[in-house]
Amino acid sequence: MLTLTDLMNAPAPASGWVLAQDCEETGLDPADIRAEMARRIGEMRDSIERGLSSDAKSITGMVGWNAKGLWDAPDALNAPLIRRVQAYAMAVNEENARMGRIVAAPTAGSAGTIPGALLGVADHLGIPDERLVDPMILAAGVGKAISKRMFISGAAGGCQAEIGSSAAMAAAAVTELLGGSPRACIHAASLALMNTIGLVCDPVGGYVEVPCVSRNAFFAVHAVSAAQLALAQLESFIPPDEVVGAMAQVGRMMPAQLRETAEGGLAQTPTGLAVTACMEGRQPDEGGGMIELPMA
Amino acid sequence: MIGPVMIGPSSSHTAGACRLGLVAHHLLGEAPRTARIGLHASFAKTGRGHGTHLALVAGLLGFLPDDPRLPGAFAEAEKAGLKVEFHDVDLGDVHPNTAQIDLKGDTQSVMVIGSSTGGGIIRVGSVQGFKVDFDASQPTLLLRYVDTIGVIARVATTLAADGANIAALTCAREKRGGDALLAIELDQPLSEPALNFVRAWAGMAWTRMLPKLMDG
Repeated sequence: MLTLTDLMNAPAPASGWVLAQDCEETGLDPADIRAEMARRIGEMRDSIERGLSSDAKSITGMVGWNAKGLWDAPDALNAPLIRRVQAYAMAVNEENARMGRIVAAPTAGSAGTIPGALLGVADHLGIPDERLVDPMILAAGVGKAISKRMFISGAAGGCQAEIGSSAAMAAAAVTELLGGSPRACIHAASLALMNTIGLVCDPVGGYVEVPCVSRNAFFAVHAVSAAQLALAQLESFIPPDEVVGAMAQVGRMMPAQLRETAEGGLAQTPTGLAVTACMEGRQPDEGGGMIELPMA
Repeated sequence: MIGPVMIGPSSSHTAGACRLGLVAHHLLGEAPRTARIGLHASFAKTGRGHGTHLALVAGLLGFLPDDPRLPGAFAEAEKAGLKVEFHDVDLGDVHPNTAQIDLKGDTQSVMVIGSSTGGGIIRVGSVQGFKVDFDASQPTLLLRYVDTIGVIARVATTLAADGANIAALTCAREKRGGDALLAIELDQPLSEPALNFVRAWAGMAWTRMLPKLMDG
C-alpha cells in the first residue's frame, strides 16, 4: 500500500518515483501519462481564465463575482503572490459553481486549491506550464497515498478530507517545483494536513458554493505557507502517515450533521435556511441570481 | 486524483450522475425516446441544483462528464426527441446517491440501477432487473440468455480466443432454466466479429459491449 513515508523516502525527484509506479500499474508509457497531465493543466489554466473574467452568478446566485472582484481590486496589502493564488483558486471554484468545466483535484468542491497554489506560484515567478507536469504528478501521488487511509469526500470525512487533501497535494507540488527534496515535499503535505484537521463540511443549502469558494482561496494560501515552511527545512513533528491516521480518526468521530448533509453549522444559520427554502421550489435548469436574502 | 475533467459542481452529484446516464445510453444501443428516472435519498434530496437531473439526461444523450452541453441537457433532449420524467424512489438499503433509469427507444428498452459513490466513480448494481456489480472502469460485456449448462464455458472460450482477458464476472438468473444475465469486466473490449458470433447463439437474447467510461 502506497504511503506518504514511501514518497518521503523515494529517490529525488519524488514525482519520478510516482510516475514509475503509475506506469507499472497502468501499463502506460511515461510520455503518455505526462501528456495527459499536461492536458489537464491546460484545462485548469482555461478554467482560471474563464473564472477571472466572469461575474456570472452561480446556480443559487450566492457566488460568481468573487474571483473577478479580487482580481480587479487594488492590491491593498502589496502582496501580489497571495492575491494571485486566492484569485486563481476562487476562479476555478466559481466556474465549478456555475456548471463550468473544471478538473476535479481531488474533488470538484476542492478543485481550486491546487491550480490556485501551483499555477499561482508559477505565474508569480514566471515558471512555464511544462515545468508543472512533474509536480502535478507528485500531487496525484500524495492524493493517492492519503486516499488509501481515508475517504476523500466531505460526506465521509468532513471538509478536512477534501480541502485538507487538496492542500496537502498542492503543498507537495509547490515544494517540488521550487526544488524541495522528497522529504521536504512530504513534510509540506503533512504540515498542510496537520493544520486542517477538524474542519467540518457544512455547505449552505448543500450547494458547493458557501463556504467552498472562499475556502479554496484560503487553503491555496495555506498550501503555499506549508511549502514555505518545508523549503526552509521546517518539518511536521508528527510523522506524515500518523497525521493522515489522526485526520481519518477525527473524520470517523465527526457527527453526520457536519458531513455534507447541510444539517449543521453554516447551513443551519437563519440565512442558510432561507437559501435552502428559496431553492426548493426551483426547477433543475433554472438560472442563478434569484435568491432574495432575508433583511439583516 | 487530478481529474476527471468535468462540468461542475459536484464530482458525485454531477460527473457520477452523467456516467450513470451513459451506462443506460450504451446499453440501450439506439436513440432514446422516453426515460423514467427514479432518484433515491441524497439524489432526490440535494440533486436539484447540483445539476444531477441535467447530468443524468446528458449521459442518456451520450454526452461525457466534460461536455459543455451538459448544463443545457434538457433543451438538447427536447431537440433529440427524448422525453424525461423524474420521480422520487425508495430503493432500500443502497448508497444514498442512487438512480433507477428506465430508458426506451423505438425497439429496445433497458433498466439500470446504479450509484455514484464519490469522485465521479460509479457502481452499477442492477441491469434489466438482474443483480450485477461493475464500475465501468473496464469494458464490460453483458449477455442475457436462457440458463443452460455450459454457456459460461463457451463464453470464456470465445473471449480467450479473441484475446480478451476477464477481470471480473457476475452471473445472476431468475430461476433454473430461466433467463440469466452475465456481466464480464474485460481488460480489452471484445472484437465485433466475436461479439456477432456470440450474438448468433441459440438462447442468446441480448448482448451489449459497454465501453470503458472512466478515465481517472
